Amino acid sequence: MSEAGATAAHDAHAEHHELGFIRTYIFSTDHKMIGRQFLFASILMLVVGGLLAMMMRWELAWPETAVPFTSWISEPFMYPADEDSAVGAVEDLSEFVDPYPGANFAKSLGSVAGAHMDPAFYNSVFTMHATIMIFFVVMPFMIGGFGNFLIPLMIGAGDMAFPVLNMLSFWTAVPATIMIVYSFFVEGGAAAGGWTMYATLSADPTLSGVDTGADLWVISLLVLGVSSLMGAINYITTVVNMRAPGMTWFRLPLVIWSLFVTAILLLLALPVLTAALGMLLFDRTMGTSFFMPGGGGEPILWQHLFWFFGHPEVYVLVLPAMGVTSDILSTFSRKPIFGYKAMAFSMIALAFLSWIVWGHHMFVSGMNPVLGTAFMLTTMVIAVPSAIKTFNWLGTLWGGNIRFTSPMLFALGFVSNFVIGGLSGIYMASTPVDIFIHDTYFIVAHFHYVVAGIIFGMFAALYYWFPKIFGRMMNETLGKVHFALTYIFFNCAFFPMHFLGVAGHMRRIYNPLQYEFLHDMQWWNVFITMSAFCLGASQLVFFTNFIWSLIAGKKADKNPWEANTLEWTAPSPPGHGNFETTPTVYRGPYEYSSPLVKEDWLAQDRKLGPEAVTASP
Amino acid sequence: MMQWLPEDVSPYGGSIDSLFYFIYYITAAAFILVTALMIIFLYQYRRDDSRRAVYTHGHSGLELVWTIIPALVFIGLGLASKATWEKIKIEVPETDVEIRITGKQFNWEVLYPGPDGEFETADDYQVDNDMHVPVRTPVRVFLGSKDVIHSLFMPNLRFKQDMLPGRQIEAWFQADKPGAYEAPCAELCGFGHSGMKGTLYVDTPEDYAAWYDKRWPPAETNGSDASAAETTEEVLASGAVMDAETMPEAEAEPAATEEEAASAEDVPADSPAQETTE
Repeated sequence: MSEAGATAAHDAHAEHHELGFIRTYIFSTDHKMIGRQFLFASILMLVVGGLLAMMMRWELAWPETAVPFTSWISEPFMYPADEDSAVGAVEDLSEFVDPYPGANFAKSLGSVAGAHMDPAFYNSVFTMHATIMIFFVVMPFMIGGFGNFLIPLMIGAGDMAFPVLNMLSFWTAVPATIMIVYSFFVEGGAAAGGWTMYATLSADPTLSGVDTGADLWVISLLVLGVSSLMGAINYITTVVNMRAPGMTWFRLPLVIWSLFVTAILLLLALPVLTAALGMLLFDRTMGTSFFMPGGGGEPILWQHLFWFFGHPEVYVLVLPAMGVTSDILSTFSRKPIFGYKAMAFSMIALAFLSWIVWGHHMFVSGMNPVLGTAFMLTTMVIAVPSAIKTFNWLGTLWGGNIRFTSPMLFALGFVSNFVIGGLSGIYMASTPVDIFIHDTYFIVAHFHYVVAGIIFGMFAALYYWFPKIFGRMMNETLGKVHFALTYIFFNCAFFPMHFLGVAGHMRRIYNPLQYEFLHDMQWWNVFITMSAFCLGASQLVFFTNFIWSLIAGKKADKNPWEANTLEWTAPSPPGHGNFETTPTVYRGPYEYSSPLVKEDWLAQDRKLGPEAVTASP
Repeated sequence: MMQWLPEDVSPYGGSIDSLFYFIYYITAAAFILVTALMIIFLYQYRRDDSRRAVYTHGHSGLELVWTIIPALVFIGLGLASKATWEKIKIEVPETDVEIRITGKQFNWEVLYPGPDGEFETADDYQVDNDMHVPVRTPVRVFLGSKDVIHSLFMPNLRFKQDMLPGRQIEAWFQADKPGAYEAPCAELCGFGHSGMKGTLYVDTPEDYAAWYDKRWPPAETNGSDASAAETTEEVLASGAVMDAETMPEAEAEPAATEEEAASAEDVPADSPAQETTE
């Protein structure tokens, strides 16, 4: 089909469905618009979550000094400092470590509209950082944003199975997002029990000092759970029922496999979280005692319920990034993915095993030690499918013809971080070693390599599908600069956290200098903080590129990357209904460098007749 | 041997540390293997328009290799860990030294059973944050909490155990080198979590005897009610004094000081033998 014909057909199609501004951009039922809405919402929340991290890092590097640019935050969260007290507070640090690393930097910056952080507010900051990054950044970006955008396009469907449910899914996430941000502004501040909200600290407002803020946290996640549930039902139905003719299960791109498995995990895990949150809310507001021992409750019950949801949740976060990585590595290696079925089955294995490993979060919780051994063994087993995925990614690179585009670089970055995060997980899986490193910065390093490492998968996806989503290309040079800076500073920020953890540095502490045994390690905290600031600043390159490309980027062709999957046969961006005619699928998604054709790519819907040429290698 | 972990003064910590370094060697080897292959492939197979990528969909033999080898390594690690875990967690040695440690926002309440070896009797001694134990002797600890979950962490003893309200958890540790070791709280327990810590004093036999005799003078330990009560009073008073001593340290955080003052008021009201449900 000719390019001109396609555009004309698309225009004609669009005219029949002329919708008003509100139906097109706000209450849209088009999966692509809903995907964009999730995308923008999550990028906005990424900024919020990132700035919270910066405040935390300042506090850890130069404890109890004035945090710059925070004087606008009111008491009792922050206490404004004048220049003298800001400088004085930094000078006092040399009492603990002399000379104190980065003291001049802290002096010059801390006096800029600085304020001292209250320890209770610090607890709110890290609680909200994690909550926002997990539930309001990674999930809406990968699942809400790319799940929505890609599923119908990559399986050859015109839209989701339930477009109105899809719209509701986004518009249910909005009040949840507003609530979680608003919780900062209520009396007592935002939830401060850690994102895991362990009872009894979370179950009785008098114990944490946070009342309304924590209620809002619970309600927000309850509402967000409804949103995710609607999405999950929609994704599963769409993938099962709406695949184009010829799109068999084993011709699905791996990113669709990953999103499908993720949706099943969400469907099964969210009810458990909902039940647990409901009980927590009752304990907090109605005086029940599900988790309070005084009334016959059991604090450890919360941990069992939370992690029974929480560990599948980890795979909910990471599986889509794995799927994205598989597609991108194959495309830019110009090579079929190595071990397609091993990749698909290893995701299914991860999903199954993720239900029986939750106890590894609880080795020192007071759970029966014999159970600890059982959970250690299942945890060791779940490392196997992760290893299979890594080796298959390497196999995909082997013998390729690798194009180092921005999406490819970010996908490689994801693999590199996932390798480190996966290997550091083995330390924690070993019960005796976990006794020491549990609740230390070692685990903070581990889950940032895995979960914050997902941001590399997110950027890979965004650079790769940006032309399809917005019809314009992103700037490649800026993309590569963004990758280089992000990769370097990410590792400088998170790798040394392993060293802190090995020295025994506890997580969730506000002032490491309160512990003599950590004084020698404090310069690592300063180094990490400096790296984190650079990591944050590097994202300005991304925002510049993103906004500039949205407005003035080069117009994108249908298939700028010469990729095989169906979304690249639709216009960029696809119109209402996606495809002019329902595509027919003849082969798997990764037929790169096939000997059947001269080009090094062979689209899934290309019908090969007798004219097919055998290319000379 | 590398020395990244803090000094270990316990008899079982060595086996934890060996496991740590064993895992370190395995993961370092895996990391180097994967990273080296990745770098080699990225360089070797960089874009070259004069050639075509290898058209292959995988290799079943290789899939088996990289499924079975990691599986064997992980199972081996699991078995090695199991033995150490059981030695530490399940096989509790016999001992006469017992302490009850109760977490409360934001102190460790330490209860010694006194000469009669029984908790919740008149000769108990209760103090905040100071734990005295004899060197090279197993110590049985009964861990509990009054309010939220705390976690007693003693890095140099490779000891960490959460303390749950409503439950008493039995654990043990042993220190083989005299000294004073920090014992922070490792589980987020509220606004005063940071800075919540106690000190474990590992005493030589002489020092321990001296401390013990000062607390329970030998002449007065024949169990007469009057003298025991007097001792308890004395003890409570000295406990309060110790609280006051630790206060200047906490002054850095105004919020914590308030709470400490509040909990110091609670001390006389609470009997040293507070209720603990099993």
